Amino acid sequence: MIPEIGHLALIIAFVFAMGLAVIPMWGAVRGNSAALNLAPTLAMGVLLFVGIAFAMLAVSFLKDDFSVAVVAANSNSLLPAIFKFSALWGNHEGSLLLWVLILSGWMAAVSWFSHGLPSVMVARVLSVMGMIAVGFLAFSLLTSNPFERLLPNIPLDGNDLNPLLQDPGLIIHPPLLYMGYVGLSVPFAFAIAALLGGRLDASWARWSRPWTNVAWGFLSLGIMLGSWWAYYELGWGGWWFWDPVENASFMPWLMGTALVHSLAVTEKRGVFRAWTVLLAIFAFSLSLLGTFLVRSGVLTSVHAFASDPERGLFILIFLALVIGGSLLLYALRAPTVASRINYTAVSRESLLMVNNLVFTVSTIIVLLGTLFPLVMDAFSLGKYSVGPPYFNAVFVPLMALVMPFMAVGPLSRWREDSAARWLHELLVPGAVVVVFALALPLLFGARFNVWIALAVLLSGWVAIGVLKDLWRRLGVGSGYGLRWQTLTPSFLGMATAHLGFASVVMGAVVVTQLNEERDLLMKVGDVEFLGGYRFELTALSRQAGPNYMADQAVFEITQGDKAIATLVPEKRRYFASGQMMTEAAIDGSVWRDLYIALGEPVEEGAWAVRLQFKPMVRWLWLGGALIGLGALLTVADRRYRRQSTSQSAAIAEATGLAG
Amino acid sequence: MRVKRFIPLAGFALLALLLFKGLSIDPTALPAARLGQPFPDFSQPELLTEEVIGASALQPRPALVNVWATWCYSCRVEHPYLLALAAQGVPIYGLNYKDESEKARQWLSELGDPYRLNITDRDGTVGLDLGVYGAPETYVLGPDGVILHRHVGVLDEAVFERDIRRFFAAPGRVAQASAQEGGE
Repeated sequence: MIPEIGHLALIIAFVFAMGLAVIPMWGAVRGNSAALNLAPTLAMGVLLFVGIAFAMLAVSFLKDDFSVAVVAANSNSLLPAIFKFSALWGNHEGSLLLWVLILSGWMAAVSWFSHGLPSVMVARVLSVMGMIAVGFLAFSLLTSNPFERLLPNIPLDGNDLNPLLQDPGLIIHPPLLYMGYVGLSVPFAFAIAALLGGRLDASWARWSRPWTNVAWGFLSLGIMLGSWWAYYELGWGGWWFWDPVENASFMPWLMGTALVHSLAVTEKRGVFRAWTVLLAIFAFSLSLLGTFLVRSGVLTSVHAFASDPERGLFILIFLALVIGGSLLLYALRAPTVASRINYTAVSRESLLMVNNLVFTVSTIIVLLGTLFPLVMDAFSLGKYSVGPPYFNAVFVPLMALVMPFMAVGPLSRWREDSAARWLHELLVPGAVVVVFALALPLLFGARFNVWIALAVLLSGWVAIGVLKDLWRRLGVGSGYGLRWQTLTPSFLGMATAHLGFASVVMGAVVVTQLNEERDLLMKVGDVEFLGGYRFELTALSRQAGPNYMADQAVFEITQGDKAIATLVPEKRRYFASGQMMTEAAIDGSVWRDLYIALGEPVEEGAWAVRLQFKPMVRWLWLGGALIGLGALLTVADRRYRRQSTSQSAAIAEATGLAG
Repeated sequence: MRVKRFIPLAGFALLALLLFKGLSIDPTALPAARLGQPFPDFSQPELLTEEVIGASALQPRPALVNVWATWCYSCRVEHPYLLALAAQGVPIYGLNYKDESEKARQWLSELGDPYRLNITDRDGTVGLDLGVYGAPETYVLGPDGVILHRHVGVLDEAVFERDIRRFFAAPGRVAQASAQEGGE
């Protein structure tokens, strides 16, 4: 009964979404305020019924209802309850439902926080989001019904959740990532609404900016967690693979990065308007494209969902309608009159344009690399795979290129600035950074490492830019005391995110350059030295977990006379699937991770073991978290809460729906 | 001026066409020309003996040809299952693909050696002739030396039982396996 309630709720949600897609849009065209004002109610209706459907599926998972096909395929009665719950989104059908739930959550948030906006705008935005919801609900109902039953042959037990996914990381990684992915639908909807209304101005940019920052912040956090999960769960210590599915989430992030910066220019200066609209369309289009790539089976990947050409065709048609439609609208409606607002080549506008160029080119580079195998295949030119060497060779220089500008950006002035002033501001700090760049790499190892020197130079430069800006804002040395009020959430968020970026670069370069690893055959009592630490295998044993059996090895790690850690890596065999899983053991700290993974038992009492010493690897995720949190912090800025305009007040009064 | 605004739309139209074409392609499928063809002849050193061998050295058959490398992490995942298969008597030949022979030998001595012999393919030329897409990959070589099947990705028990067992099973089992396949 419960799955049927869920299915019914999903159908009702679809009806609400249809209403939302049509009625307010019709109201906006005809000037019918009753129809306009229905938008928030309809959005709430979608949220309510998708929420019910989601809850019913969750109950089916928690109650081990193996008559439901997804539950039988992805859960097991022995699975711990928390994983039964997260198993809901460890598969195509359930994750699609999560996608729609988060989309309706964003719709509800837009209707909740947009009291100050003209109701025509809110109606258009929600209606555009409603159209997206229609597409995804139809996709779910027609091709991927999560409530499909296995009747009459109900399995006695489920197939179990893929052991790789039986991990706390999976409980939060997909929801965070989807918050970001789907959240980009909000700036997209704002852009479409603005194009429809012919109102692409600074206030449009101010309305969509906080939403963009939040979505992009969640996307950053989601990607960061995904990388962290891969690092400790896949068992071999890698943190980024340029896998098509990773790229699918990375492309919207790159485009979002450009969008976040471009919106700043549009809001403050009113320039780049058409470009910003285009970026908003692109960012969400890449989210949709990612969904297509992951679920259609056109590309091979380690973590693609079970693919199905029918589903692929459905998403492709949807993609063509949404992206094709919005780009057509852009072609017809984007402002063609060149902006009258001027700026010179040496100005903050230009620096932000560099950011936009670099991130757009990076997105295209990643897109080309991701689609290249498909292109070659489509023209029967052979089978190819594009690996990390391509991406690293193109992507790393691009990031290095943008960093010199990152330090100057926050210090620069709008409209017109002078290179002499930049030189004056940054000469001394720049010289300090150069000294550090030459000296610090020597501390890491006996040999001077050019790459680390470069990383210190560029990251230090970015950090200096942030600190110098902080210094100037506070008015240190001006004799009037510190001006704390200048530290707005906008500024603090930007500063945090930029420092985070510098941290990611440091972590990535140092761990790539100084990583040490050794594959060994070890018996109890064997000792090995790595990175200045002594690893001793002291015991081997076998332990039973709730749904698996594990071989455990105990390692005592010491440095000189000092005990550092006891690490217990495991090799697990899961009962239901018979799958083997490597559970790595990690001793982490700010400066280095010690990473041990068990390979295979090779002979009696001896195991293949991989020991790794990974310096500064945590800076990657710390930086990722700072980027995400920085973006979220900007929303607290006061100017986003003073949104009401005289125009919106007038419309609200006219329709009798003030506030 | 106006025309410029249509560039993104045109770009997307091309992309959509490509994706549409992509839907009808199975990325893991072997180029059709290779299936049913004999294993391409080669002349490469064996990994351990360093003696130059050719396709005729791949005896007995039917057998598996497994493409692997020490830089390939999935190969490490797959390795124990290959050991198990070899222990069951399934002949497996290795194609050590774009790898350093020294590391490869060390790998085999540390993790165990499931291979009857290993073709050293440092430059990937054999892989190119074969149409290798990446490692790991596994090919089924029929009794007459013809390629019967290709699997891209990690070979595990489920894949072997579903797709490959039938090439090795007794005649009765073969009939059963193809009947199952027809029923799917």
